[in-house]
Amino acid sequence: MDIATGQHYVDNLHVNDQQQLLCNIRQVKNLVIGSNKQKTVIMLCGAVPRLLQLLGNETMPAEILVECAVVLGTLARGGEANRRALVEDGALPVALRGLAHSDLKLVEACLRFLRLIFTSPVAPINILYEDATIIPHLIQLLSRSLSTQENVASILAHCCKTHEHQLILLQHGSVQALSPLLSSNVPKVQLPALCCFAAMCYENQQVSSRVASASYNGEPLYHHFNSLLARNKPVKMQLTAAKCLSYIRKVGALRPDTDIIPMRALPTLVRMCKKDMTTEERVEGAETLAYLIEEDLDLQWTASFTDHLITTLATYLKVNEDQCTKSVNTSMNSKDVSNLKQAAFKVFASLGANDEDIRKKIIETENLMEEIELGLADNNTKVQLAAVRCLHSLSRSVQQLRTSFKDHEVWKPLMELLSSPGNADVLVVASSTLCNLLLEFSPSKERIVEAGAVNLLCRLTEDLNPALRLNGVWGLMNMAFQSKQEIKNRILTKLGNAQLFKLLSDSNVDIIMKTLGLLRNLLSTKPDIDSIMEVHGQDIIAVVIIILEEDHPPCVKEQTLCILANIADGITAKNFIMSNEDILKKITNYMLHGNVKLQIAATFCILNLVWKDEEGAKERQIKLKELGVQKLLLQMRSSCDQTLLERVSAAINQFPSQY
Amino acid sequence: MAADGASSTSSEAGHNPLSSTSLDRIKGLYPAVNEDETPLPHSWSCNDKSTFIGLSQGNLRVHYKGKGKAHKDAAAVKATHSIPASCGIYYFEVKIISKGRDGYIGIGLSVKDVSLNKLPGCGKYSYGYHGDSGQIHNSTSTTTGMGRPYGPTFTTGDVIGCGINLIDNTCFYTKNGLHLGVAFTNLPSKLYPIVGLHTPGEVVVTNFGQSPFMYNIEDMMEEMTLKTKASIERFSVENSKGEWQSTLNQLVSTYLVHHGYCSTAEAFGRSTGQKFDEEIASIKNRQKIQRLVLAGRMGEAINETHRLYPGLLEENPDLMFMLKCRQFVEMVNGSDSEIRNLRNPRSRSTSRQSSPSMSPHRNNISSPHRSMHSTYMDHSTSSLSTSNSRPSSPASSTNIKHAKLMSSKKEIVTEVSKSPSSSDLNAINSSNSHVINGSGCRIINEDADVDMEVDMNDHVGNGKSFSNGVAPSSVSNGTSSTSSVQNGSHINDGLDVEEMDMEHQIPIRKRQLCGGDEEAINHMLNFGRDLQRTSDLLEQKHGVNESNRKTLFDAFSLLAYADPWNSPVGFQLDPLKREPVSAALNSAILESHNMPRQPPLELAIGQAVQTVKLMSKVGLGSCAFTSVKDYVC
Repeated sequence: MDIATGQHYVDNLHVNDQQQLLCNIRQVKNLVIGSNKQKTVIMLCGAVPRLLQLLGNETMPAEILVECAVVLGTLARGGEANRRALVEDGALPVALRGLAHSDLKLVEACLRFLRLIFTSPVAPINILYEDATIIPHLIQLLSRSLSTQENVASILAHCCKTHEHQLILLQHGSVQALSPLLSSNVPKVQLPALCCFAAMCYENQQVSSRVASASYNGEPLYHHFNSLLARNKPVKMQLTAAKCLSYIRKVGALRPDTDIIPMRALPTLVRMCKKDMTTEERVEGAETLAYLIEEDLDLQWTASFTDHLITTLATYLKVNEDQCTKSVNTSMNSKDVSNLKQAAFKVFASLGANDEDIRKKIIETENLMEEIELGLADNNTKVQLAAVRCLHSLSRSVQQLRTSFKDHEVWKPLMELLSSPGNADVLVVASSTLCNLLLEFSPSKERIVEAGAVNLLCRLTEDLNPALRLNGVWGLMNMAFQSKQEIKNRILTKLGNAQLFKLLSDSNVDIIMKTLGLLRNLLSTKPDIDSIMEVHGQDIIAVVIIILEEDHPPCVKEQTLCILANIADGITAKNFIMSNEDILKKITNYMLHGNVKLQIAATFCILNLVWKDEEGAKERQIKLKELGVQKLLLQMRSSCDQTLLERVSAAINQFPSQY
Repeated sequence: MAADGASSTSSEAGHNPLSSTSLDRIKGLYPAVNEDETPLPHSWSCNDKSTFIGLSQGNLRVHYKGKGKAHKDAAAVKATHSIPASCGIYYFEVKIISKGRDGYIGIGLSVKDVSLNKLPGCGKYSYGYHGDSGQIHNSTSTTTGMGRPYGPTFTTGDVIGCGINLIDNTCFYTKNGLHLGVAFTNLPSKLYPIVGLHTPGEVVVTNFGQSPFMYNIEDMMEEMTLKTKASIERFSVENSKGEWQSTLNQLVSTYLVHHGYCSTAEAFGRSTGQKFDEEIASIKNRQKIQRLVLAGRMGEAINETHRLYPGLLEENPDLMFMLKCRQFVEMVNGSDSEIRNLRNPRSRSTSRQSSPSMSPHRNNISSPHRSMHSTYMDHSTSSLSTSNSRPSSPASSTNIKHAKLMSSKKEIVTEVSKSPSSSDLNAINSSNSHVINGSGCRIINEDADVDMEVDMNDHVGNGKSFSNGVAPSSVSNGTSSTSSVQNGSHINDGLDVEEMDMEHQIPIRKRQLCGGDEEAINHMLNFGRDLQRTSDLLEQKHGVNESNRKTLFDAFSLLAYADPWNSPVGFQLDPLKREPVSAALNSAILESHNMPRQPPLELAIGQAVQTVKLMSKVGLGSCAFTSVKDYVC
């Protein structure tokens, strides 16, 4: 059909005689059905505005309206460009208004059109939420017919994207309205209903609890999900049912006494990872699994031995060798390869999050470290992030740090990642992994330091992202632990006092804690303490006073008292405390603090000051006695905390008995 | 967990775990297994066991009673029988009651002649999963039982399941209901469940299926059924030149001709270009005779046969004898024409004009038969009809499929892929063939949008896949449905309707011998004497024929009871018993005209049934997950 003929057809839509008009619309319908080319031509000829005009005319007989909606629906099938054009022509509001019509056929035709639009990426989803009556109306339409069930559930499933959306759906009774669809026995209805439940429950505690406690036909809703996990159901259905259950479980809404997750949902997801599934199913299955077990050691353990999961995932990483999997005859495109890889890395990361034995099993995967290294350098951010997560998870293992991590020098690509600006999530996980690599027992530590880690980490402490600042300090803290004085000095010089103070006044408590930890690690071993205090003593004491005076949680105060205790452990450094009555008074105050941990730290500090064999001990003891410390210690003997008691008696023993 | 706990407590409480219900439960898991040929393992064998093994609780509880010191102190026990291939998937579970000293427990499979003083996996052709190491072992003729890492270890309280997939010959294990993955591949056939213990105090109890398993094996079997079905349906046949298509058409056509559905056959021939050799008149003749037999009017049937096929019965004395015996039965029944004429015009309504077909569907006969004929013949029973409301019920075979459809409606709705049975229906009604219809069905199963595209007006109705599957709509789908309807009702196919139509005037009343007519009884007795003479003559000529003797004996036995209908031999009076007689006569006629005794369609079905049986015999596990009944009812 050329444009001229198309024009002719469109012109025919302007006749006045309704019978003729109906005929002409049907003609157009028959013309465009099954041919995308015809659809495009007829749209170019301006059919859409006329059809919308007709559809919006409520005085028209329902028959004509229905045909208009059907033609629009058919046009919407014609591809993304058509759908975009339809949206731009303002078809959505007209079709939405059609939903209010009393004729069920018209409602169904409009819903079908709307579903086609809303399930495509061009959909302006918000239009559904702009008018507060639309969602309740859609939910109410769920009970009308199979066609409305299928279409409404699909629309809702695709348009539930945010926390707000989830709550709006919940609020209008979607849970009750969707429940009957699950047992409708029509897969085309069950599946979108399941998808909708999944979309509503994802990361939403409120909705999940409601779904978890809901029941239909006298059976808990999650039993209905469970029955859709059966292996004779369509794969997509099994997968989505497993997703629903996983999402509900993840936010802790599922009753803990049900074994539906380890016994049903988890094995289903593992099965989805198998070779005979499509790439998409394998990816979705693995991603959902990774998400489900992320924080649950029991599930990690269960998954680790369910149906050779780890071996199965290893095949995800080999896809570029095979080029194509058995299940799909089409060769894999690079997107599929990336998707599979990142999915596998994610599951490995989750599996290895807590348990050393599982990590060992993972690391036995052939070429895993090489794949991770490649993944770190992948130009797909998703792959990068998943790879670095996996590496991070494995870096929690002391043994791996000593073996595979050393052999593979994974710190190199990590440092590289961190040296250039990139995806914030990648950087956070990468820096966190680097922190683990800087632990004192890590054989890579020295080489990382040599490679300029001090500069890198110091720069991170200045980042706007608190997570990166935290990891920066954390890394420095790990680096400073039991390290050579030279490195300590390098850290202090590079970081600078100003930055140190800035970190100590950070709004993030974790950052303060790690910075104090850094200070503690710097101020260890007597010669180091004295030499550092000699240079930075005044500043450090000033900072300590400020923190002790400011309003901070006990853990911060404890850490600060520990720093004082370290300073008190020095030789010359002791004077910084002894000469400062303000500090001494503060310490004695903390000895009487309600929090026993602070008492312990303060007592420890005193103990370090009164060691009788050390030079100048006598003077210090006298001074402290004047301050009433000895009396205090004697009082504290009534404490019931064992650690505190030990410290107290040790301190008392330092004082000569004749006093 | 709970289920297994229950089973073990009941065992421990001393109940006999091998009650008949538990055996039924095991049987129920493997419906394709014929236990007469290949019995299922129900317990451990008292004979095939090491002396260090003690059995109790119906041979389900196994404990170790050796020293457990040396290597040779290991002890194993095999199940009573090997695992039949027709199980498809076989599975058993072992609960570790106590790990004893060291928990050296092995669970697995082995061939018949395995050394029983080794743990499973350590002897030749033996396969085992070991509790202490979590490793799996197997040794073939060349390798020894080296362990390989496999799963977690297991110990007291754990339930270990062992499954064997007899289709791809792999073995998998489960622990506490979780699938641990495939452990062995390329397994040999005829394996036995086996369990081995090695140190004192080790005790296990076994669930061979007598109580529910922890692992959901049924779920796995369902999946296999689905996969098997899919592979059957997706099996591709060479159809480049339409040979397959025409073969199918021929199957349908010959079936119709054979059973005398001549108008349907004509209509089918017209729309598919299928020719048939027999003349229409001949088909009608056969149909007429069949109908007489099925109406119980044996005398007329015999006369007609003599008239239309002279010499046929003379050449087949056994057939003749069979007809005569039937005639005698029909006389008792009061439905034979010779009797009926005597007590004219009254006759009994025992005969429900049955279909001319010798239906292969004995199981679901009564109601569909009733319904299809009552629509036009037997008003008194029409209330029984289930499908009466559909006056368009077509030829009998389709009608029966309808009935099947109705009864299995639920399945159809749940599993759209079941709908091939409804496509059969279309195949007969419409001019289309199985194949075309089959693919049409598949389209329906796909996304609604596909068929919505095809559709013109009623897009909504078409969007629902199942509405097509429900019978009424598909009946009206057929292009030639009108003619087949007429066909089914026999009205215009040349038979003397008036002559036939006499049954409905008789209201139901007490059944009496020969309709209660004395003259008729005399006639019947005379006939019986003749029959006895014929029998004697036949025996003189051809020797003793056991089946003839039995037939005659059964027929005469009817007279020994005051109420033959409720006697132990009363089954003969059932109008359904006319069908084999009718079929035998029909086959003989066809054979005498050099046509096959059996339509190719029935031959094909028979062949398929035998093939499945053969699969079971030669150890092809897929036979567990399919049945010819799923395709032809």
